[in-house]
This record gives sequence, C-alpha cells and structure tokens, in this order.
Amino acid sequence: MSAASTPLIEVRGLKTAFGTHVIHDGLNLEVRRGEIMGLVGGSGTGKSVLMNTMIGLKRPDAGEIFYNGRALGKMADSERARLESHWGVLFQGGALFSALTVRENVMAPMREHTDLPRSLMSELADMKIALTGLGPEAPTKFPSELSGGMKKRAGLARALALDPDVLFLDEPTAGLDPIGAAAFDSLIRELRDALGLTVFIVTHDLDTLFAICDRVAVLAEKRCVAVAPIDELLQNDHPWIREYFRGPRGRAATMAREG
Amino acid sequence: MSDVAAGLTIEEEGGRVVLVPTGDWIVDTIARFASDIARIDHDIDPGRVMIDLSGIDRIDTAGAYLLARPIHRARDGVTEQHFRGDHATARRLIQLVLEKAINSEPEIEDRRFGFIQAAARVGAGLESAWKEMIATFAFFGHAITSFASTSARPWRFRMTPIFAVMEVAGVNALPIIAVLSFFIGAVVAFMGANLLETFGASIFTVELVGIAVLREFGVLITAIMLAGRSDSAFTAAIGSMKMQQEIDAMRVLGIDPYEALVIPRIVACVIMAPLLTFAAMIAGIVGGLLVCWSALDISPQFFVTRIHDSVPIQNFWVGMSKAPVFGAIIAIIGCKQGLDVGGDVESLGRHVTASVVQSIFMVIIVDALFAMMYLELGI
Ligand SMILES: Nc1ncnc2c1ncn2[C@@H]1O[C@H](COP(=O)(O)OP(=O)(O)OP(=O)(O)O)[C@@H](O)[C@H]1O
Ligand SMILES: [Mg+2]
Repeated sequence: MSAASTPLIEVRGLKTAFGTHVIHDGLNLEVRRGEIMGLVGGSGTGKSVLMNTMIGLKRPDAGEIFYNGRALGKMADSERARLESHWGVLFQGGALFSALTVRENVMAPMREHTDLPRSLMSELADMKIALTGLGPEAPTKFPSELSGGMKKRAGLARALALDPDVLFLDEPTAGLDPIGAAAFDSLIRELRDALGLTVFIVTHDLDTLFAICDRVAVLAEKRCVAVAPIDELLQNDHPWIREYFRGPRGRAATMAREG
Repeated sequence: MSDVAAGLTIEEEGGRVVLVPTGDWIVDTIARFASDIARIDHDIDPGRVMIDLSGIDRIDTAGAYLLARPIHRARDGVTEQHFRGDHATARRLIQLVLEKAINSEPEIEDRRFGFIQAAARVGAGLESAWKEMIATFAFFGHAITSFASTSARPWRFRMTPIFAVMEVAGVNALPIIAVLSFFIGAVVAFMGANLLETFGASIFTVELVGIAVLREFGVLITAIMLAGRSDSAFTAAIGSMKMQQEIDAMRVLGIDPYEALVIPRIVACVIMAPLLTFAAMIAGIVGGLLVCWSALDISPQFFVTRIHDSVPIQNFWVGMSKAPVFGAIIAIIGCKQGLDVGGDVESLGRHVTASVVQSIFMVIIVDALFAMMYLELGI
C-alpha cells in the first residue's frame, strides 16, 4: 500500500446510541490521507453524530476511532490535544462564539495555540475571512449580525485559522448561494492541493459531491453501506443510493456533469 | 510532528533584496519573522523584493501570507521576477493568498483614558439609565393593558403556564423563604431581648418581633428571594427564547408573546407572593417565639396571647398588601429584561444581572413609598 492510501482516520465497528435509540451499529469507515471524502445520508441518519464521534465529542458505545493507527479513546491527554490542534471543524450551526466579533472568532484558536504578535494574528484572521469569501466589513461584525450563509463562511474561516491537517465540515454549503457554494468548493480543493489537507465533508449538496469529493460514503441502515468514488456509486444498486442519485435532483446533477 | 526549524536570511543582490526563507513556514513557526517582514514591507519598494522559495520545507497559508506581504503592493502586480527557486506549493499558496486577501489595515483600538472619556462614560451611563427607566415604564404600561385585555376575555388566560410558574417560582421557593424568615425572626428577637433587657422591658420583644416580621420582614424576605430566584429564571428563560428566535416565531404564528409569556408570570407571581409572604410571617414569628422562650423564658402560650393582644392586626394587612405589588414588579422586570436580550450570550448575562438588581432596587424603593404612605394614613 502506498503512503497516500494508508488510512488517516479509521472508524471500526462503531456503535453509538442515545439511550435506547441506536444511531450507528457496526459502522466501518476509512478516510485516507489527502483525500476529500463526502458523507451523504438521509436527514437524521446520524451524519452529524458520526462527525462528532470522530472528533471525540461523543464517546462511542462500542468500537473505536483510530488516527494514524492510534485509538482516540486510549490516547493520553497531551497526545490528544496535539492531534486536536491540527483539526479544523465547522459545525452544522456554525457554532461561532456569539460574544466575539468574526475576527476575534478566527483569532481565538491562534491565541490559544500560537505566539504570533497580535497585529499579525488580526491580519491573518482577516486573510482567512477574505479567503472564505466574506467582504471587508465582516471582520468587525458579531455573529448575530450575520446572515446564515455568512455564519457558515465565518465558521470555515475559524476552522482554517491554524491551517489544520484535517478539516471536518458539516454541511458547509447549505444556505450558500450557488456561486458562493461553487467558490467554497474550489477553495476547499485549492487548499487540499496546496496544503495536502484531508477533508471530511458531510453534505447534501450533489454538486459538491461531483465537483470535489474523491470518494463518497453513504450512511444508511445505521452503517456505511457504500464507500466509493462517485462514478462507481452511480452504478450501485442499493435502493436508497439509486433513489438518491437517480431521483429528479440527482439526475439533474448527474446530467449537468456529463454535459 | 517534527518541526524543521524555520529561518529567514535577507540578502542584498544586485540592487534587489532577496528573502531566503528556510525550513517550515507554518503558523507555529513564523512568529519570529513578523517584525522583520513588517520592516521590509515598510522600508523597501516591493519591486525590489525577491523571494527565494527553494529553501522552504512546509508552508501553509499563514507562512504564505507573511511572505506575500512585502510584495503585495507591487505596482505591476506580483510576477515571475519576484520569485526565485522552486517549491511544490509555495507559489500557488502565495498567489491564492494575494488573490483573495483584503488589504484592510488592522484596527487600532481606542485606548485613551482621560477626563473627557471619563465624563463621556458617565454621561452615556446616565443616558442609558434614563432610557432604561422610560422603557421599563412603557413595558409596565404594555403589560397592564395586555393584562386588562386578557381579563376581558378570561378564557384566554393560559392556565397551564400559570400553574407551572406558580409551582416553580412559588411552591419550590417555600422552604428557603421559610428558613430565611425563621432566622430573621430569631435575630430580631435576640437583638430586641438584649437591648430591651437593659431597660427591664424585655417583654416588649414580643411586640418588636410581631411588628417587624408582619410589617416588613416577611414581605421583604419573600420579595428579595423571588427577585433573586425567580427573576433570574424568568429573564434567562425568555432571553434564551429570544436568542433562538422563538419569540419571533410566536409572533409569526399569531401568538402574542405578552399573553403567552408575560401575563402568566405576572399572574403567578401576584398570586404566590402573598401566600409566600404569609408563610414567611409564620416562620418569622415562630423564630422569634423560640428565641423568646429559650432566652427570655417567655412561654409560647404567653407569646401568642401577647401578640394577639398588643400587636394590631393592621400590621399584618400592611405587610400582605405589599406582597402582590412586589410580585407584579418582580415579574414585570424579569420579563422586560428577558425580552430585551439581544443575539449574544453576553447580553443574556447582562440582562439577568440587571433584572435581579433592578427588581431588588425597585422592591426597596416601593417599600419605602409604602412606608411613607401608611405613615401619612396613620396605619
Ligand atoms: N443530543 C441528542 N440526544 C438524543 N438524540 C439525538 C441527539 N443528537 C442527535 N440525536 C438523534 O440522532 C439522530 C441523528 O442525528 P444527526 O444530527 O446526526 O442527523 P444528520 O444525519 O446530521 O441529519 P441532517 O442531515 O438533518 O443534519 C437523529 O435521529 C436525532 O434524533
Ligand atoms: Mg447534521
């Protein structure tokens, strides 16, 4: 196996549940180094829960998450903290700190983990904010003064603050206009190519799947029923996958792609 | 992660300034070079700057930003002539950063301190206090009209939330209010006993406890506990609904937030405050009674008879008459502050604090007004 295809993240036999409500059961998933992996699945199938479990916010009821072959649940705090400082996470709701301006939000991880001078931090923060497509008026605004799509962008800027190695994005393009969503896609790919990022995207956006994802995982029946490049998924016979890609919207996106 | 030490050498070469970054230029390592780069950015014409990329190991957007800074103002744009050597991704990242980044100057914080600033703050504070007062009165008015219009159609009173608030704010507060009042009664009795004994008039401790607890302490303890306990809860509950746009959703669905949130709380407080006050009075008198018994050898029977005979019943009614007023004030201030909460958590905290402080303040002011009024009336 070449270095490029050894899994960076490996989810093995995962089971999660809220009380008696089992969300995942026997879920396996591998995310390779440097790839952009998409995760699709119906609403409420547990995509956000899976992401939260992968980043250690929710403890698995069974199974384990491995980073570089090391189990997340068994890591010492210091190792875990070092790992986490190389992650960027964009939550579904943005999860910006409401008491801080957008610039301060982006600076927050820098303050915590670097010793950059303040003025440079603020310039870097403005640069990240601009990278995600927000205008020059955005940095001094508070999250409550932003639109839904702007919050997403600000959240991405914060996720990118420390130039992470791994980026977890929960529905990054939901609520963005199509132009903004396309720019978002190309930014993610650009960053992946330039920085060698590994990106894990939960998305309902078929265009994102077609445009940037190297592989797509499908969450159904409490596990990943398929993990494959999008072209192979189109041939898959699983009923939900067929419905997803060959339903009216899926067909439109597929056709647009094939020209 | 093994960090190859980052370095930066600056060479003069044929009239050009060559930056030679080496090692890892990533967010963890570049802090040291910020001032060097800022100086070059400031002193040297961007056209003369050249960057040697060949020594770079790893680079991220933060490193790229720092390297791009001395050249981003170049008149003819950034071209081949600004670079030397080759690196897998550095050129691309620098280009990405240059394309997208805004050239906003970092904000300079206004940190002047002086007499004028101090005066300005005092002025702004006074102005906002004044506005707050007007707004609170307006809210009082709104709540009262809304209460009146609901009273005209009594079936519109929402019984479930009224009873829920009565339980949470009233019944659940009973133990703490009773205990506090018990101790206040006991303390008053102790002080009275000590002081009055020197005049040989220790028997008057009974009157002291009776009048103090019935007239003032019973109702004040109740009001202060309600303000501290329930007011903060009202403000936090309504405020977080406001933050989540739940109040907006109610309006859109045709639910009047005054009717659904404010009125039930006012009604519940107006009903519960006198009941709690009554309990507080009993507890306070029991506290006084026990102290009199143990310290002054006044038997409980004698204590009760004496209270009956020599403490006029008006004292009880004076105390009780204040309770519903305090209850209304507390509920109204709590709801008003809750509805004023803005979009962020900081404002939630600020309004919870304001709500408790304002309602205790108002309770004491209104208590003083009552005292003056009853004094004039001779009750
Ligand atoms: N904190 C929680 N307590 C109990 N159940 C929860 C909790 N969070 C999520 N769930 C349940 O877990 C399931 C999966 O939720 P999740 O948020 O992961 O869905 P999702 O796949 O991300 O959906 P969407 O596409 O709508 O974002 C849902 O059935 C939800 O009810
Ligand atoms: Mg989700």
